[in-house]
Amino acid sequence: MSKHHVTTSINGEPVEFLCETQQTMLDTLRDVLGLTGSKEGCASGDCGACTIICDGRIVCSCLMLGVEAEGKSITTIEGIAQGDHLHPVQQKFLEHAALQCGFCTPGFIVAAKALLDENPNPTETEARYWLAGNLCRCTGYDKIIRAVMDTAAEMRGAAAR
Amino acid sequence: MNYVGTDLRVVGTRPVRPDGVDKVTGRAQFGADMVMPGMLWGKVKRSPHAHARIVSIDASKALKLPGVRAVVSAEDFPDILSEEAFVGEGPMNFRDLSRNCMARGKALYEGHAVAAVAAISQAICDEALELIEVKYEVLPYVIDVEAAMADDAPVLHDDLFTANVEPKPTKPSNIAKRVYFNKGNVEAGFKESEVIVEGRYTTEPVHQAYIEPHACLCSYGADGQCTVFSSSQGHFMVRSYVAKLLGIDISNIRATPAEIGGGFGGKTLVYLEPLALALSKKTGRPVKMQMTREEVFRASGPTSGATMEVKLGAKKDGTIVAAKHVLKYQAGAFPGSPIQPGCMCGFAMYDLPNIEVIGYDVVSNRPKVAAYRSPGAPIASFAVECALDDLARKLGIDPIEIREKNGAKTGTKTHYGPTHQNIGYLATLEAAKNSAHWKSPLKPGQGRGIATGFWFNIGGESSAAVHVAEDGTVVAVSGSPDIGGSRASIGMMVAETLQISAEKVRTIVADTASIGFTHVTGGSRVTFATGMAATMAAEKVVDQLKQRAAMIWDITPDAVDWRDGQAFPAGTNVGTFEPLSLAEIALKAARTGGPVTSEVSVNAQGAGPGFGAHICDVEVDKETGQVTIIRYTAVQDVGRAIHPSYVEGQIQGGAAQGIGWALNEEYIYDKDGKMDNPGFLDYRCPVASDLPMIEAILVEVPNPRHPFGARGVGEVPIIPPMAAVGNAIRDAIGLRMTALPMSPPKVRKALDVANGDD
Amino acid sequence: MPKVVISGTSCQRFTGGKTELEVAATSFRRLVLELEERFPGLGKQVEEGMAVAIDGEIFQDAYSAVLRPESEIVLIPKIGGG
Repeated sequence: MSKHHVTTSINGEPVEFLCETQQTMLDTLRDVLGLTGSKEGCASGDCGACTIICDGRIVCSCLMLGVEAEGKSITTIEGIAQGDHLHPVQQKFLEHAALQCGFCTPGFIVAAKALLDENPNPTETEARYWLAGNLCRCTGYDKIIRAVMDTAAEMRGAAAR
Repeated sequence: MNYVGTDLRVVGTRPVRPDGVDKVTGRAQFGADMVMPGMLWGKVKRSPHAHARIVSIDASKALKLPGVRAVVSAEDFPDILSEEAFVGEGPMNFRDLSRNCMARGKALYEGHAVAAVAAISQAICDEALELIEVKYEVLPYVIDVEAAMADDAPVLHDDLFTANVEPKPTKPSNIAKRVYFNKGNVEAGFKESEVIVEGRYTTEPVHQAYIEPHACLCSYGADGQCTVFSSSQGHFMVRSYVAKLLGIDISNIRATPAEIGGGFGGKTLVYLEPLALALSKKTGRPVKMQMTREEVFRASGPTSGATMEVKLGAKKDGTIVAAKHVLKYQAGAFPGSPIQPGCMCGFAMYDLPNIEVIGYDVVSNRPKVAAYRSPGAPIASFAVECALDDLARKLGIDPIEIREKNGAKTGTKTHYGPTHQNIGYLATLEAAKNSAHWKSPLKPGQGRGIATGFWFNIGGESSAAVHVAEDGTVVAVSGSPDIGGSRASIGMMVAETLQISAEKVRTIVADTASIGFTHVTGGSRVTFATGMAATMAAEKVVDQLKQRAAMIWDITPDAVDWRDGQAFPAGTNVGTFEPLSLAEIALKAARTGGPVTSEVSVNAQGAGPGFGAHICDVEVDKETGQVTIIRYTAVQDVGRAIHPSYVEGQIQGGAAQGIGWALNEEYIYDKDGKMDNPGFLDYRCPVASDLPMIEAILVEVPNPRHPFGARGVGEVPIIPPMAAVGNAIRDAIGLRMTALPMSPPKVRKALDVANGDD
Repeated sequence: MPKVVISGTSCQRFTGGKTELEVAATSFRRLVLELEERFPGLGKQVEEGMAVAIDGEIFQDAYSAVLRPESEIVLIPKIGGG
């Protein structure tokens, strides 16, 4: 089977790759590009561990084909921090101990960042429903939601200054 | 040394965990994240039948497919004779484990591995699996536990005879064993009871549902030296099991622990590693394997489903005088359900004069059951705590009061034999009674339930090392894979002992060649046992530091004190010396005798049990049957919280799993014995919008056997939720749900029946 | 002489149903050897499948656990976890 040549942008940088027809964006990120931060939890779009941002929307990369990245702008967990400067949501996850095994964490971080980009002042309910597509089995979500609400407050405060 | 009651500066604080940045940036390497040059992919061919004889396996077509490098099946593994060995987290029969990893002769459940293939890509593996021709003789199957116990049930194993029954049976059975515990005389007890409550309860199998599927990368060298990179709850267990299953020397295997994406007991054994190594041996290349989510559900061990009957007899004043519990647990395809601990835990928090518990371990055509967070106890407590709630209602007694009245305390003799000493059950109930939640009013239509739980917690073998680097910073090495933040607690205990700040200690988990043997991460044992080893190693390092300071000052070691991370002369009569920091001593390590380092291995005893009490408020939508958790509080005695955030996290996570078990999670089978819902869409775990904040209240009565007073905490919190939710539903709509999960269709049906609409 | 109670059912086929025994052993190691002598097969069953609760405290895989005549000594099924 012949591969497809794709040109795209990932985490702000131009990227070219070859992928097979049936390879999902998740497979492509992990096995072709070596970006293993996005995780496979189910490969059917139910757990959110593979969450990426594609042209401004969060998507499950397991539900997208690698070839569909052509011409798009993709953000993965690897692009959330800037060098060794953590994004506020990453910092707050650490402070609030909002992770235990850490497997769902990349998906949550990307999804939470997308939430706060769109809605800087979510209620707890809005945050819970936005993140309902990200499964966590370790934390019961309590500290995750606290971290997200605290991040929102901090980012609003920083924006006001 | 015991530090309980001393002035602690690190223990009890909440520093950022050492592996935290890697995890929030996606850098941490989990089981499927590793690659090796020349790596092949491996996949498993699985039985489509719930029960079948394997007549033949023909891999010739698959082997001809370009890109395919090898196929393995049972003939590539040694045929192991039955060997009981208590390793990992439950009685482990290596013959059964081998046959579970790769079927021999019979496929015993849908999803049972019958062959495996290695090829240059995942896509070619998938194609090759289609080309492997397996001829089956389909056999009748059985899944439900009572159906499997029936005389006419299809028998899974011709050589399985029910143990612990007299006279010895001559006919093979699906009942692997009968378990019996007795205290006093229940018949007499029921005769003198003034009130009796009975109930029949059923639970469905549920999966641990860790978000990370099983994955590994294994390499079998031409000289027989192997490397295994996998996510597991115990890389020493992986090494040991793989050695056994493949017939190789343990020291020829180096197992490196990947970061692990959840286990909860389900990763305390192996599935893929033996297959990957066998494929690697045949191909001479490293082989990477990972399960799909569907494979995780179909072919890795969930916990038992069960059927139970419970009967309680009491006096009108609430004193329970008799309790009887019959429990039947599914073991899956091979014997070994958690029936023993289930039988022991249900009544462990009560002081009752007459108790009889009868249990059955029953095989059936589903995946072999694996450990799941306090295995056996949540199921047993569901029945007991619901029955107790019914009893309290019948007597008009408050549910906390009835538990206090009958609660276990020091001197209570359990029905499984030992007498409780120093336990925190009543303290837990007291804290629940005094909680803001318990005191808060309910809104109309809401219901409140409370339930309690008990788990033993274990100690066991653990190794840890402390190394002082030349600049005085410290590396702490743990033998325990870190699932929930134990690197943090271990590092903190080392820092506390050395009296330095937590940031000066880096904690890592070492591979099997680099640290002493360590038992699995499970049984709520790591902070207790590995923490004990790490603390002892740090104490030995302090002794060494004092000796080195003495040498530098040319005085005797007993004239040196260690305080605040520095050496001080013990008194002015010793001489006038400026304090020496860790860095200053470390700089002179070579001259004063060599590297400053210590490794300690223990077989920790004295773990001490844990108790939990959970309060749950619910609202039931009578139209849809949906139950919403409005408020949830989990009280637990934790001994001493080393890192309170991760202790709270264990409690919140366990509670959430219990809520899922209570309300939605179950294996659904079709008419052919195949699982209908092997995915997260229809196997419905709680999501963020299903739950409120979960308040964790920590009761700290120190465990005298641990240097900082810690008790295991991870498992207890999954025990109370099912009954807490069930009792809350009872309170809200006046109906007792006796079958888990209490999902909307079931609640609706119960409402219909109650209204006479059925 | 320490008294040992055997809890559960897994040992009954070795002891013919007896659940309470007087033993001379003062350590778990000695107990296992003594039980094996008196009831062949029982020592192995106890060593591999049972833990010993001494005055309520559970010792598992610990040869050196001390058995005193005045202690409550109960052999219970081994405990695992998840």
